Amino acid sequence: MTHEHAEADTPDPTATPPAQLLEVTAGYPGVTALEGVTLGLHPGRITALLGANGSGKSTLFSTLLGLVTPRSGTVEIFGRSPHRARRDNLVSFVPQHEAIDMTFPVSVEQVVTMGRYPHMGLTRRPRAADRKAVEDALAATGLDTYRRRGIGELSGGQRKRAFTARALAQDAPLMLLDEPFAGVDRTSERLLTDVLHRLRETGTSILVSTHHLDGVKDLADDVVLLHRRVLASGSPDEVLTEHNMARAFGAVIAEAG
Amino acid sequence: MDYLIQPLEYAFMQNALAVAVITATVCGMLSAWLVLMGWSLMGEAVAHSVLPGVVLAFILGIPFGVGALVFGLLAVALIGGLGQTTALKRDTAIGVVFTSLFALGLVLISTVTTSTHLQHILFGNVLGTSRADLYQVAALAALTATVLLIKRRDFTLVAFDRTYALSIGLPVGALTWTLLVLLALTTVTALQTLGVILVVAALVIPGATGFLLARSFGPMLGLSAGVGAVAAVVGVYTSYYWDISTGGAIVLAASSQFLLAYLFSPRRGLLARGVRRLKRRRA
Repeated sequence: MTHEHAEADTPDPTATPPAQLLEVTAGYPGVTALEGVTLGLHPGRITALLGANGSGKSTLFSTLLGLVTPRSGTVEIFGRSPHRARRDNLVSFVPQHEAIDMTFPVSVEQVVTMGRYPHMGLTRRPRAADRKAVEDALAATGLDTYRRRGIGELSGGQRKRAFTARALAQDAPLMLLDEPFAGVDRTSERLLTDVLHRLRETGTSILVSTHHLDGVKDLADDVVLLHRRVLASGSPDEVLTEHNMARAFGAVIAEAG
Repeated sequence: MDYLIQPLEYAFMQNALAVAVITATVCGMLSAWLVLMGWSLMGEAVAHSVLPGVVLAFILGIPFGVGALVFGLLAVALIGGLGQTTALKRDTAIGVVFTSLFALGLVLISTVTTSTHLQHILFGNVLGTSRADLYQVAALAALTATVLLIKRRDFTLVAFDRTYALSIGLPVGALTWTLLVLLALTTVTALQTLGVILVVAALVIPGATGFLLARSFGPMLGLSAGVGAVAAVVGVYTSYYWDISTGGAIVLAASSQFLLAYLFSPRRGLLARGVRRLKRRRA
C-alpha cells in the first residue's frame, strides 16, 4: 500500500513525530484521566500503549483525535493540530466499539468502504481507486469471503478485523487502534498482528493500546506504560519489567482495594 | 382502470393525490434514518412541537415553514438543554417539552381561529389542498430529498458509527442538525396531508418496515420511500371510495404494509423465524 493523499502537502513521515504530546492533562468533568503526559511516537514503528482498564488509554486516543481538548499541554499529529490532521486524513482510527448497533443494515464491504470517505467527493461515490483499496483491505484482513455479511453476523474477532480493514482502506500515515485484541480469538489475534507488521513495512506509524501482556514483545517496537501518567517508555525489554508491571497493574488493584 | 382514473377528473383529487404521494415519499426517506438513529421519539417531539410555530406564522402572516422550523428546532434545543442541566432521562425530557409546546399551540389556536382550522391542523386537510399548497409542499420536499440523497452516505455513517465519523473529520454536529432541520421542514410538508398528530406515523412506520425487509441501507431507503408512496396512493383512493378520513387511511395503509413485513419478511419476519426454528429442531 502506498500513501497517496489528496493533499499536496503530505508531511514527510520521517521528519516530524507522527504524534507528540507535551505535558498533556485531560479528562472529563470530575475525572482527570491523563496528567502531565509527555509522549512522542517514532515514525514507521509500532508502539504498544499498555495500561490497566481506566488508565487513560481511550482518553489518550480521544486527545490525539482532537475529540477531547486537553485542559493544558499540546497535542500535535505530524506537527499539526489534531483537528487539521483529521481533515487532512493523516490519522486512521479503529475504535473499541463495545456498543455498536449489531442490527444496523450494513455489510462488511460497506463498512470498509466508509474508510474511503476522506478520499471521495461530495456524494462519496466510490471510484476505481476506492474499490481497489477496499479489495486490498478485505484481502489483507482475510474477509474477502465475508464481504456480503451483515456487520452483526460476524464473530467478535471478525468484527475487529472489519474495523481494522476500514482503517487500512483509509490509507493514512498514522493508525490508532484502541484495544483491537480485546475479546478476540487466537486466529484473529495472529492475523491482526501480521496485518500491523505488514503495514509497518509501508512506513505507517502505529499506536495500539492493549491490556494483554502476552504478545506485546512480538507485536511492538516500542512500549509506553500508562497509568494516568507515563510510567515508563522504551523498548519492550526495558519497559516490561516486573517492577514496572506491578506499578502499572498493581496500582489499580491497590486503588480498588 | 376506470376505478383509478375516474376520481382524478376532479382537480381537488389530483392535488390531494400529488401532495399525499410527495409528502409520504419524503417522510418515508427520512424515516429510514430516524429509525436507525433511534430518533422515533424525537420525530414525534418535533412533529408535535411545530404546532405553536404554525399558529404564530398564521397570525403574523409569514410562511408556515418558518414558524414550524423555529419551533421544531426550539424543541430540539430545549430537550438537549433539559438533558444537560438536569439528571432527567432523554425520553422524560422529550415528554415534558413536546407536550408543553403542543399545549401552547392548542391555546394559541383557540384564541385566533375556528374549530375547523384546528381540525385541519391536527388531522390534515388533504382534500382541501390548493395548487399553491401543492407547489409549496413540492418545493420543500424536493429540497429535503436532494439534501438527503446527496449526503446519504454521510448521514448513514453518523447513524452507524459516530466516533469513527468524527475521527475522519466529518462535520458530525452539522450533519446531525441538518437532519433535525429536515425533520422540521418535512413535518410542515406533512401537515397538509396528515396533520400534526399523524405525521409521526409517516416518519416512523415506513422506516420500520424497510428495516424489517432490507439487509443493507440502500434498499432500506428505497423500500421506506416506496412504503410511504404506496400508503399515500392506497389511502387517498380508499378514503375517496369509502368516504373515510384520508390521513387515517394513509397511516393504516402504511401499518398494513408493516404488518405484512413483520409476518412475511424473508429474513426478520415471524414466519421465516418460525421456519428456521423448526428446521433447527429437526436437524
